[in-house]
Amino acid sequence: MRNHAPILIIIVPLIASFINIVLGLLKKNLCYPLVIATLALCTFSSLVTMNTVIDTGTIHYRLGGWAPPWGIEYVLDHLNSFVAVIVSFISLIIAIYSKRSVEQELPEKIVYFYTIYLLLITGLLGIVVTGDVFNLYVFLEIASLAGYALIAIGDDRKAPVASFNYVIMGTIGACFYLLGVGYLYIMTGSLNMADLSNLLPNLYHSKVILVAFAFFMVGVAVKIALFPLHTWLPDAYTYAPSTVSALVASTMTKVGAYVLMRITYTVFKPYFSVEVIPVSTVLGWVAAAAVIFGCIMAIAQTDLKRMLSYILIAEVGYIVLGVSVANRMGMTGAILHILNDAFMMACLFLAVGAIVYKIRDRNISSLTQIHRKMPLTMAAFTIAGISVVGIPPTCGFFSKWYLVLGAIEAQKWVFAAVLLISSLMTALVFFRIIERVYFASSTSSVTSHNPGGHHGHEKAVVDEAPLSMLIPILIMAGGILVLGLFSGKIVSTVIQFAVPASF
Amino acid sequence: MNIEFIIGKYNYWIYIILMMIGFYAMIAKRNLIKKLVGMNIFQTAIILFFVSTGSKKGGATIPIIYNVHGKAVGAIEATQYINPLPHVLMLTAIVVMVSTFGVALALTIMIYKKYKTFEEDEIL
Repeated sequence: MRNHAPILIIIVPLIASFINIVLGLLKKNLCYPLVIATLALCTFSSLVTMNTVIDTGTIHYRLGGWAPPWGIEYVLDHLNSFVAVIVSFISLIIAIYSKRSVEQELPEKIVYFYTIYLLLITGLLGIVVTGDVFNLYVFLEIASLAGYALIAIGDDRKAPVASFNYVIMGTIGACFYLLGVGYLYIMTGSLNMADLSNLLPNLYHSKVILVAFAFFMVGVAVKIALFPLHTWLPDAYTYAPSTVSALVASTMTKVGAYVLMRITYTVFKPYFSVEVIPVSTVLGWVAAAAVIFGCIMAIAQTDLKRMLSYILIAEVGYIVLGVSVANRMGMTGAILHILNDAFMMACLFLAVGAIVYKIRDRNISSLTQIHRKMPLTMAAFTIAGISVVGIPPTCGFFSKWYLVLGAIEAQKWVFAAVLLISSLMTALVFFRIIERVYFASSTSSVTSHNPGGHHGHEKAVVDEAPLSMLIPILIMAGGILVLGLFSGKIVSTVIQFAVPASF
Repeated sequence: MNIEFIIGKYNYWIYIILMMIGFYAMIAKRNLIKKLVGMNIFQTAIILFFVSTGSKKGGATIPIIYNVHGKAVGAIEATQYINPLPHVLMLTAIVVMVSTFGVALALTIMIYKKYKTFEEDEIL
């Protein structure tokens, strides 16, 4: 078991997704326990793998026993075993949450929903564990196809159009990635990441390699919705069902950010993007623009999910900014932010899902005094919001701290300023909501909605979301606080080894 | 850049032209079906590119090697055989592209049921 844990991470959800559809035809109620069991096993194997990596170092798993440059190899080091744990754990928590939400939103499609859900997890974990650039493309497409289907599965009238635009953009991104793979293969004759990283340095001044790198960057930037290429994201994540929004927002862009790190710092050596061509400078400015743009757009939104989507674009900007400053502090911040942002986004989107479940409205103006009705959900939402802003006991503070230190160490003062200003702007976004939730007087808005305004206070009895939704939200909110307290420990056991050695 | 450079690598020029046509259609056309046709052209251009990289001029053949396990034959000349790996990669990529196309068509059906049109301008 222990030796085969790396492959179990992928095989288990893949096989379970096919069992799930057969089982679902026989008895619908069995799907949910199957998914929970599968993802629990998946989380367990990723934890075992990460433990092995911490104890003994990088694991090389050869599929079919073929030696690396010829066969496909799964390589797990500190970076990707860490991301695998995040993805499988978050997907497990969201799966627990999904039961009631899916029963309400997609009553007839439960079986198909869970089948595609497992395929999406397979794709994401596959991207994370593989050590082969073409294999990564295949998993990227598995994850994207499942994502397109999940976004369009809901009843929202605009969902198919949003998903269609995502298909077009996503396909362009994936095809660019594939072209990048092709160009590298022409020059080196290899598809293995470790092999490529050995073969490439002699060819760094070849135009073909530069083109390949450009294709990789643009392709991945589309997939993670980096600022000028983000247009598909707000629509797609707003109109998707609540569970799906939470899952894709918290995992997909993070996995994309992992791919970005892998390509810039493993397949290519770090000095390539810093010295040979100034990619990291360009990337840094684009990311800074993404942060500012995302925050400004978030302030302007009235739809809760759309607002969170723009926050997500800013968060992607943070991670890329950390990658682009190319020093130990910045990289530590970026990797820590993958973890923290997954928790924050999951918590925020799950809380919004619970609100939508109860009041069937995601407009910010409908949140007035909602803490009387859903105190625990709103407490979790507030904790996550504070964490996005970056206030100390929460985990969001620590990753921003590392990012700012990284920017200062690289002497990029503008980036440090951008990080601080964006904190103020997210504070504006979240304090506006917190103010409305806790302090706005309910009478004025209630009278505008319904004529019998005086009943506003009397109606406000506690009416929380069901326990199966509430517990995941609270786990995530607790996780944000715990991760904040233990972030030093996380950095010293895992992340410091995940940062490229040359930094 | 002389004329032989262009003619000698005509397959790559065709790949670039096809890819740009497809790219243009995906970005600029307002009709959803035309966008999908553009997407298909775009992906097919990539297949052409990969297959071109594996091929060799001058009678190279598929890499089926006779009598390897039997009597000793001469050393295998790599120049006589086409590199099969890009073709194999493209088999996988074709599967991916077909499924992408399938998902996209299913989405257009959903869109058509809801809006009764394929024109992007009328949808919004």
